[in-house]
Amino acid sequence: MDMAQYIPLLLTKYNYWVYITLMMIGLWAMIAKNNLVKKIIGMSIFQTAIILFYVSMGAKYGATIPIIEHGHGAEAAVQAADYINPLPHVLMLTAIVVSVATLGVALALSIRIHRRHRTLEEDGILDQLREP
Amino acid sequence: MSEHFPALLVTAPLLSALLVSIASWLRPKLCLPLALLGLGVATLAATGLLARVLLEGPIGYRLGGWDPPWGIYYYLDTLNAVVAAAVAWVALVNLAAAHRAIQADYADKQGPFYTLYVLAVTGLLGMVATGDAFNLYVLLEISSLTGYALIGLGPGRAPLSSLNYLFLGTIGASFYLLGVGYLYIVTGSLNMGDLAHLLKPLYGSLAVTTAFSLIVVGLWVKMAFFPVHAWLPNAYSQAPGPAASLLAPLMTKVMVYVMIRMMLSVFTVDFVGTQLLLQHAVVWLAVIAIVAGALFALAQRDLKRMLAYIVVSEVGYMVGGAWLGNRIGMTGAVLHLINDVVMTFCVFLAAGCIFHKIRGTAFEDLQGLFKKMPWTMAALAAGALAIIGVPPTCGFFSKWYLIRGALEAGHWGFVCALLFSSLVAVVLFFRLFEIALFEPLAEGHGHGEHGSHAPAVAVAEAPLSMLLPLMAAALGLVALGLATGPVVKYIIAPVMPTGLW
Repeated sequence: MDMAQYIPLLLTKYNYWVYITLMMIGLWAMIAKNNLVKKIIGMSIFQTAIILFYVSMGAKYGATIPIIEHGHGAEAAVQAADYINPLPHVLMLTAIVVSVATLGVALALSIRIHRRHRTLEEDGILDQLREP
Repeated sequence: MSEHFPALLVTAPLLSALLVSIASWLRPKLCLPLALLGLGVATLAATGLLARVLLEGPIGYRLGGWDPPWGIYYYLDTLNAVVAAAVAWVALVNLAAAHRAIQADYADKQGPFYTLYVLAVTGLLGMVATGDAFNLYVLLEISSLTGYALIGLGPGRAPLSSLNYLFLGTIGASFYLLGVGYLYIVTGSLNMGDLAHLLKPLYGSLAVTTAFSLIVVGLWVKMAFFPVHAWLPNAYSQAPGPAASLLAPLMTKVMVYVMIRMMLSVFTVDFVGTQLLLQHAVVWLAVIAIVAGALFALAQRDLKRMLAYIVVSEVGYMVGGAWLGNRIGMTGAVLHLINDVVMTFCVFLAAGCIFHKIRGTAFEDLQGLFKKMPWTMAALAAGALAIIGVPPTCGFFSKWYLIRGALEAGHWGFVCALLFSSLVAVVLFFRLFEIALFEPLAEGHGHGEHGSHAPAVAVAEAPLSMLLPLMAAALGLVALGLATGPVVKYIIAPVMPTGLW
């Protein structure tokens, strides 16, 4: 494959590149940052990237929200192509709840850590743990 | 009633978690009975299901009456029925054993502790029973989140360890979710049984390979497979005793179960065996995991940390066995999964009993302990023999299957790793027992009221409510070992795939 073939891949599938980039930013923050709250922010970005991935895979060009107007009864023919796939979006409602809960637990733990060590910098905490 | 067991398995503990948290405001005394009730119903359902599955074959259950591809479907064959029964029994027995320790150490947080405990079990049972890939993710996060909170309740640096576990656990679960997303893109379904036949024509697709890799890597992080094991030793050794003896036997094992389920009934062995061509590499990775876990365990000077590294090593056993690529290896992996639940439970419960009495589990605290806590140490010894693999304890039989599987696959590295880690386990436990048998009881070691006993040591055992479950677990090791034949024949053989292997 020469370069010209990659360009459409980059342009038409840009939603996937966006989610991968966001995910990597989150992962980098979780690994490289020293401050625990910054790590938690990284974790949130990481999870949100996956939510964006799911939401983008349900989307279609020229489609509308999956509610049938005046659609009661059998005569309303439904063209699946006209509607966005609602299932990934619904799944993400649950995933958002999960990520909010994770964020809550993480923040609660960091409060406990701060009470005990008076700092949220990881190297400072590790120094304190090494001393006694 | 019995046709609704699959639903009761999850809803009974879920509802009791709500009731326990309400009771913790109104009538704190009711917390423990309510939690025991919820887990008791779940245990009854799990045991009943196991009996039914053995008699009638696999059971499907449509939640809310919706048909499989649209609604959530619970599916139980002998494999998940036996894992569910093991999870439920261990959780119930552990709660019965641990309530004294919880009352002693977390008197003001009893209600929340029981709530989290029951919710964690809900997640584990749900993960085992569900036949829906996304449902599994949600239940995985329920048990993980409660697990983080339970570990975070521990003393000292436990909150930091728990936060690190949370970061890695979230990465693992997110990878799993991402993999499920790719599966949904290519098939449009989330039901495991549906996925299995929708995926069959797509095995060559790169998206399916990506999905499988993401799911498996995510699960590896969650089960602490060697290169991504770093969260486990700190988290499990600093967790409160009752939480450690719940999470250490169950969490990693349920993750191994999910991996085996994915390999056997979603992607099927055709895909794993012929498309992926990674089997050999993964078994070598398992070899490294086993050896590294054993060596790290050798370096520890604390009972709980040592046991935590042994768990890392045991995960290597199961992953390696599952990826060996033959029927005997997979049988060994499943057998070891069941046995390891009981083994790990026994040794972590013994460590919990020791901590309850001595207030420490460092090796110096264990001096002369055989005289002081003979029954606890006897149970620990039984667990140790099972981990080493001495017949007739169950550890011997699963290692026997794993070694036979490795020989059949011609994987000498795995055989060597198994034998090496067994030898290291001998060294580990005999060093421990030397300290506990022959060294005099440490005097005034500053770990609470029991430090100043006279050399003529009085027996000061853990309370009977902890000792009886511990004895049950120790006897269970032998009973499971002697029952290996029927277990393999009636429980494991029916779920082994025909065909390639």
